[in-house]
Amino acid sequence: MKGERIVEAKKIKTPLTREQAKELRAGDQVLINGVIYTGRDAAHKRMIETLDRGEDLPFDVQDAVIYYVGPCPAKPGQVIGSAGPTTSGRMDAYAPTLIVKGLTGMIGKGLRTSAVIEAMKEHGSVYFAAIGGAGALMARTIKESEVIAYDDLGTEAIRRLIVEDFPAIVVIDSQGNNLYEQGKEAYRKK
Amino acid sequence: MRRITFEQIACAVEKLCIEANTIIGDDVNNALKRACNQEASSLGQSIIQKILENNDIAARESVPICQDTGMAVIFVDWGQDVRFEGSDIKEAIHEGVRRGYDKGYLRKSVVQDPLERINTGDNTPAVIHFDLVPGDKVHILVAPKGFGSENMSALKMFKPSEGIEAVKKLVIDTVDNAGSNPCPPIVIGVGIGGTMEKSAILAKKALMRTIGTSNPKPHLAALEKELLEKINGLGIGPQGLGGTTTALAVHVETYPTHIAGLPVAVNINCHVTRHAEVEL
Repeated sequence: MKGERIVEAKKIKTPLTREQAKELRAGDQVLINGVIYTGRDAAHKRMIETLDRGEDLPFDVQDAVIYYVGPCPAKPGQVIGSAGPTTSGRMDAYAPTLIVKGLTGMIGKGLRTSAVIEAMKEHGSVYFAAIGGAGALMARTIKESEVIAYDDLGTEAIRRLIVEDFPAIVVIDSQGNNLYEQGKEAYRKK
Repeated sequence: MRRITFEQIACAVEKLCIEANTIIGDDVNNALKRACNQEASSLGQSIIQKILENNDIAARESVPICQDTGMAVIFVDWGQDVRFEGSDIKEAIHEGVRRGYDKGYLRKSVVQDPLERINTGDNTPAVIHFDLVPGDKVHILVAPKGFGSENMSALKMFKPSEGIEAVKKLVIDTVDNAGSNPCPPIVIGVGIGGTMEKSAILAKKALMRTIGTSNPKPHLAALEKELLEKINGLGIGPQGLGGTTTALAVHVETYPTHIAGLPVAVNINCHVTRHAEVEL
């Protein structure tokens, strides 16, 4: 907001409980530590089909954080290639189902639908934005990466990542405060 | 007649795919530095600083700037006095894309059928635009295009009576509706005139122009300036989190059109506005 002062980023750890998620406010800068899971369009479609068949998801979504990313292949000596966020809106059709199942955190970029925000408010989830396009910077904070499901989807497979001080910004909190709307409103010339 | 071989084309395209995806132009970095100094939001400033840091890491370590290494859009200006030695120029270009995306550890993001959506595994085919030009040189420009921004682009066929106001409204509304999705600060290419597809190609080509330059026609330079000011007044800001830097540049290109039409295309690029070129 206008006149804001530079605040130190908060360190947070996963798994992210609903109690921890409730402490976070839109505008907070955070450094995420621990396990996060990757998944984007094709993986989400498959996860929802799995649930529809009454089967278990490939990882426990309770208190989990999911990162919408399709990384580049790793160069020799690298854990993972460039890995910045993809547009979250494409996951909006699937996100409420995962939130109901216990998902507390989503990392991506861009706006979410009101259905996602309502599910977040009801179940105490939080939405983080990572910096779109800054894939080389973010890859440095990823210390381990392992494909745990849907290997055939290539870059869209589900990975289990271990991250250290992964930089993100809380954009929509569990009360529905939305920095995309507030930030734009604060700087919009009338 | 000068001769150019399959290998010359394939090698050039391979190198350009890697270069474009790892090294951002000085014009973009300089525009980001200027924007960082002028940005009113401190969160916005810190985001632009991280973007600059990311661009440094990518160039230094030769890794992709962004994980979306795009669909390869390739503009070829082929001198009419050059003879291609080989069976298929397009296949030479595709072979270069295949090698570049493999050797550069770039993400393969192309699906064969837009409805069936099976990844081709080698980022081919590229989208290739050929132009036959005078002379005996071949100019190749590779512009990998990410779809976070491509998806936010727009095209509209206006009535001539709707005029300049309709053009301005389309550009501004397209950016406003896109919000954070195309990874602002963005670059905006606007193509006006020609036919439907000509306006779209003009808009794409406008993204290749060096940031900081204006259209040489004064009325179009004035339009670019006005659009940039209005867009930066939308409040969207870096990454859409609020601020005074929504766009780094607006580039407008025009072409003669039909008495009955006013086609306008708006092509949005993220801050990773990439391209690399070579003359053979």
